[in-house]
Amino acid sequence: MNYEEVLSKRVVALKPSGIRRFFDLAATMDDVISLGVGEPDFSTPWSIRKEAIDVMERRKIVYTANSGMAELRTAISEYLERTVHTKYDPEHEIVVTVGGSEAIDIAIRGVIDPGDEVLVVEPAFVCYAPIVEMACGVPVPIATRPENHFKLRPEELREKITDKTKLLILPYPNNPTGAIMTREDLEAIAEVLRGTNILVLSDEIYCEMTYGRKHCSIAEIDGMQERTILVNGFSKSYAMTGWRLGYVCAPAPITQQLVKIHQYIIMSSPTVSQYAAIVALKECDEDVQHMIREYNLRRRYLVEAFNRIGMTCFDPEGAFYVFPSIQCTGMSSEEFCEKLLEEEKVAVVPGNAFGESGEGFVRVSYAYSLKHLMTAVERITAFLERHRQ
Amino acid sequence: MTDLLNLLKENARLSNAQLADMLGLTEAEVARQIADLEKKGVIRGYTAILNDELAGDNEVEALIELRVTPKHDTGFDDVAKTIMLYDEVESVSLMSGKYDLALTVKGRSLKEVAMFVSQRLSAMEGVLATATSFVLKRYKDKNILIEEEEKDERSMWG
Repeated sequence: MNYEEVLSKRVVALKPSGIRRFFDLAATMDDVISLGVGEPDFSTPWSIRKEAIDVMERRKIVYTANSGMAELRTAISEYLERTVHTKYDPEHEIVVTVGGSEAIDIAIRGVIDPGDEVLVVEPAFVCYAPIVEMACGVPVPIATRPENHFKLRPEELREKITDKTKLLILPYPNNPTGAIMTREDLEAIAEVLRGTNILVLSDEIYCEMTYGRKHCSIAEIDGMQERTILVNGFSKSYAMTGWRLGYVCAPAPITQQLVKIHQYIIMSSPTVSQYAAIVALKECDEDVQHMIREYNLRRRYLVEAFNRIGMTCFDPEGAFYVFPSIQCTGMSSEEFCEKLLEEEKVAVVPGNAFGESGEGFVRVSYAYSLKHLMTAVERITAFLERHRQ
Repeated sequence: MTDLLNLLKENARLSNAQLADMLGLTEAEVARQIADLEKKGVIRGYTAILNDELAGDNEVEALIELRVTPKHDTGFDDVAKTIMLYDEVESVSLMSGKYDLALTVKGRSLKEVAMFVSQRLSAMEGVLATATSFVLKRYKDKNILIEEEEKDERSMWG
């Protein structure tokens, strides 16, 4: 069979993830110290796991309502009110999804018609542009800049808006840069959007991981909630990646459409995970704080270490990544990562995997123990001593 | 507990420079805080956690539960303080529950520990009963796995 003829041209044209390519390379080697992963090293807090065990012992695990268990949606609504001071009606404005990933997918598919332009702030996690392409939309990257600490600036946004612009994807706290958007930063973005018909997909999956100040959502800014599709989930905040649970919140006319897609492709999100997530939202604030404190120690350690050896990096106030510059080596991101892997067996992700504006940087995850990070820093220091120009 | 103490509890060999980076302090400030904690007696000492077998330590270790008659004025403190004086005794704790004092005792052989219990502890004034259990294997100590490294099961790079 000639598969090239039968497969969807649109899917075949999708570029494989740049993270994936590098990951496969590292997987062929032994004794690699990885700084590559994008998920917490902590175990899911015990009370959450215990709830799942109890549920499996005592209940039938059946489908839930399409948009998720009512009690969970209420808990999400209360959580958003106390964290981002924004009210979402649990009945009509919240859909529980299979991870933040599905939330992003149905949000994009729910609003994009063929030819619609979607502004994708870059560097960013790798999924947005491909999902836009599958929905026959046109991804338009907005490159953010290191001198702005990779925040989105209003003039950069204004420059890319056309009459075809439908959606802005705003992923902060940011993977891979660790950048955040403060209330003032978001006010400036809101000023550009007011009076337009442009929607915002605000991916806030790292919202709990901010250091020094609380996360602010664009939905909090005056007049923005009506155009915001807020995506969040349990994976990062509660170390629940494998539980596959997220959610999307938006005004009812939007979620009404999103829940249709969700209902046809998923039916309902994993039931055991939903029960467990209620406990996460209601009882686990302290567990989260413990993890954040731990991340912060590692974060400061890495920022200091990289700046000391000449891989300069700004203070990343969010997520669990630092994004140091490799300019002092004169290498490209990919070259740097390949050499570092070959010579020192340390795996980091080339910045350009997250968009062209990531070129010249690498993503370093600190979802690892301090001991692990210290070994990695030793090796990277040795590497830099040989390759610094 | 402060971040500094948590870090030291996890790994007391972190250098002041490393601690300073992690805590966002200067090296001198870290040194000052540690000296202060030592002086105040908050930090009582530093020790290494060993895999005894690999370290060539063939001593046996026992957990001993002690029931004791408390003294009128000093409660359990007198007996505990007397027991503390023996080098064989590595730890002494006052417990709630069915017994009063919990000891860990080390000796060169089962027999040596047994002799220590029968001749020293049981004979002590105020000691009503003892129960000795020998440690067969240690899996985890002070939150550190003794025989294996923690495995990283994560394989996705998302």
